[in-house]
Amino acid sequence: MAQLFPRGSNAFARISIVVVLVVVGTGLTILLNTNRLHYTTDVQVARKQPVPFSHKHHVTGVGLDCRYCHTSVEESSFANIPPVETCMTCHSQIWTESPLLEPIRESYRTGNPIEWVRIHDLPDFVYFNHSIHVHKGIGCQTCHGQVDQMPLMWKVNTLNMEWCLECHREPEKFVRPREEVFNMAWTPMDERGHAVSQALLGAQLVQDYDINPSTDCSTCHR
Amino acid sequence: MGSPAPIKDPTMPAPVLGPGQTYTTVTQRLSAIITSRTPLGWIAALLIAGGILQLLMLSATWLLIKGTGIWGLNIPVGWGWAIINFVWWIGIGHAGTLISAILLLMRQQWRNSINRFAEAMTIFAVMCAGMFPLLHTGRPWVAAYWLLPYPNTMSVWPQFRSPLIWDVFAVGTYFTVSLIFWYLGLIPDFATLRDKAKHKISQIIYGVLSMGWRGSAKHWFNYEMAALLLAGVSTPLVLSVHSIVSLDFSVGLIPGWHATIFPPYFVAGAVYAGFAMVLTLGLPIRYFYGLHDYITDRHLNNMGKVMLATGLIVAYGYLMEQFFAWYSASPYEGYMMQNRTFGPYSGTYWSLILCNVAIPQLLWIKRVRLSPIWLFIISMFINVGMWLERFIIVVTSLHRDFMPSSWDMYHSTPWDWGLYAGTIGFFLFMMILFIRVMPVINIFEIRQLVANKNRGEHAETASADD
Repeated sequence: MAQLFPRGSNAFARISIVVVLVVVGTGLTILLNTNRLHYTTDVQVARKQPVPFSHKHHVTGVGLDCRYCHTSVEESSFANIPPVETCMTCHSQIWTESPLLEPIRESYRTGNPIEWVRIHDLPDFVYFNHSIHVHKGIGCQTCHGQVDQMPLMWKVNTLNMEWCLECHREPEKFVRPREEVFNMAWTPMDERGHAVSQALLGAQLVQDYDINPSTDCSTCHR
Repeated sequence: MGSPAPIKDPTMPAPVLGPGQTYTTVTQRLSAIITSRTPLGWIAALLIAGGILQLLMLSATWLLIKGTGIWGLNIPVGWGWAIINFVWWIGIGHAGTLISAILLLMRQQWRNSINRFAEAMTIFAVMCAGMFPLLHTGRPWVAAYWLLPYPNTMSVWPQFRSPLIWDVFAVGTYFTVSLIFWYLGLIPDFATLRDKAKHKISQIIYGVLSMGWRGSAKHWFNYEMAALLLAGVSTPLVLSVHSIVSLDFSVGLIPGWHATIFPPYFVAGAVYAGFAMVLTLGLPIRYFYGLHDYITDRHLNNMGKVMLATGLIVAYGYLMEQFFAWYSASPYEGYMMQNRTFGPYSGTYWSLILCNVAIPQLLWIKRVRLSPIWLFIISMFINVGMWLERFIIVVTSLHRDFMPSSWDMYHSTPWDWGLYAGTIGFFLFMMILFIRVMPVINIFEIRQLVANKNRGEHAETASADD
């Protein structure tokens, strides 16, 4: 009887073990990291907006405070996207003819709000409150990055649940003095301006501010 | 011709192999089940089982569209048929592992002709079992992150203190080890089929499956070592899997669940149910393929005895539940047992006692243990009885617990029936396919029995010559 399989079959069978391991390993690695990739998280991806609003220009150049537009960040869960009237406080006087600002003027004329593209969008099953974080000494920059350096808005953090828990489990690594919350370039320092370690300062602040972040499911999933 | 029939020694057990078997007849007879033309009866059986299987497709599809609301489960009975059927199927699998592992370690020769299809039964039963918890989540496609611990972006893990996650590991390990053990045993037989097969394609398929088995001494040495190791790994699984399944209940504080007797009582029940299912499948296979020389009176007798023994352990379990209810002096335990015995589900309870305790007492009679028809009838009663047992545990404990204001009755819906019947269809469908494409009886181990027998006869002749 003729041989059923060619000579190379044994080598083929042995190699196939390695191939299967590599394919399964690679597949699992990709699958498990899907939610961490830039493709899915949009981290570092600037989005086109109806008006190319630059935080860099308005914060670093003009010197506006975060709260000039995001008015409710200290009192409410929502930081607030400013109405077009806020823009018009200045732009009724300056750059009144700029074609780039035409959507602003049109919105002001017609009363139809501008449809900004939302960058930081938590899922609807997550409850998040800005005011408590601001009051407990979490800086804007800790979550949103150096917004004062962004010509267009992008995310610097994934907003994945593991990222939330990173801080809820070890807040001392991230807290800062309340007065420094809106400071975009803060580094850990004591009252006299000497640099200190975050570990030392954070532990003290956690005690001073009575920071006790819950990691119960129902804290965020209400 | 006409050598006088040997006088039967009543103290000796019946042989594990019919008379006049040689290596050739064993190989021919057992591989012919696969290499011969497809019998019409097989096609008819496959079509019927395939028809019932469609119920599974239908019920599962409708479940995924509509959600678990189509089932009868609701508060207070949140664990309805899904969990009943899960436990029932998992239990059935246990006989296969017991036969292939524990009986191998104990060198019981009678295991050889029933281990193959008992192991197949284990695999398919665990598949059926696995469907129920997945479907019970209502969203099987996201069940992975509820069930499996993996480094996810939520930074959360399953509750490792919950027996439900132990279950995932117990059943997962059980399925993996059973599958590997089963496949290992099939390798030498696949090689036989590769050599027997006439068609090029079937030669290649069996050739690939047999992984280059040539039957050299080295192959056999490796095989024996691997089989022994896997038997060692499987043996604790026989006890652990259903113990952990029972912890799903006994870790809970519900009266009727929170009992220390659960693990051994569940394991005995599992082996009991498993042997009943081995007989339910084995007897018709033996009849249709005329395998009386391989599944002999000895096998029927032994299986009857195992059922009797495990059945008595289970009956002891029922008795102890009654005793604990009284001895604990807990009003909740006492009420649970009174409600179970005389309450709205008392009919189910007494049917359970009839099926699992009363009728199997017939197995004390040797004539019954040797009669395929009687054994088949009794095994069917046990199959039903074991299902009723799980129904009693799940439903009567939950439907009236500590708070009378939440008491309610449990009513199953046609979709409960459809899914359950559908998995039976799936099980039969897989078994019928298995019979046709894989050797239903372990060919090489039967050949070994022939070898043992020959050696025994030679020894006798030699000693007679002395």
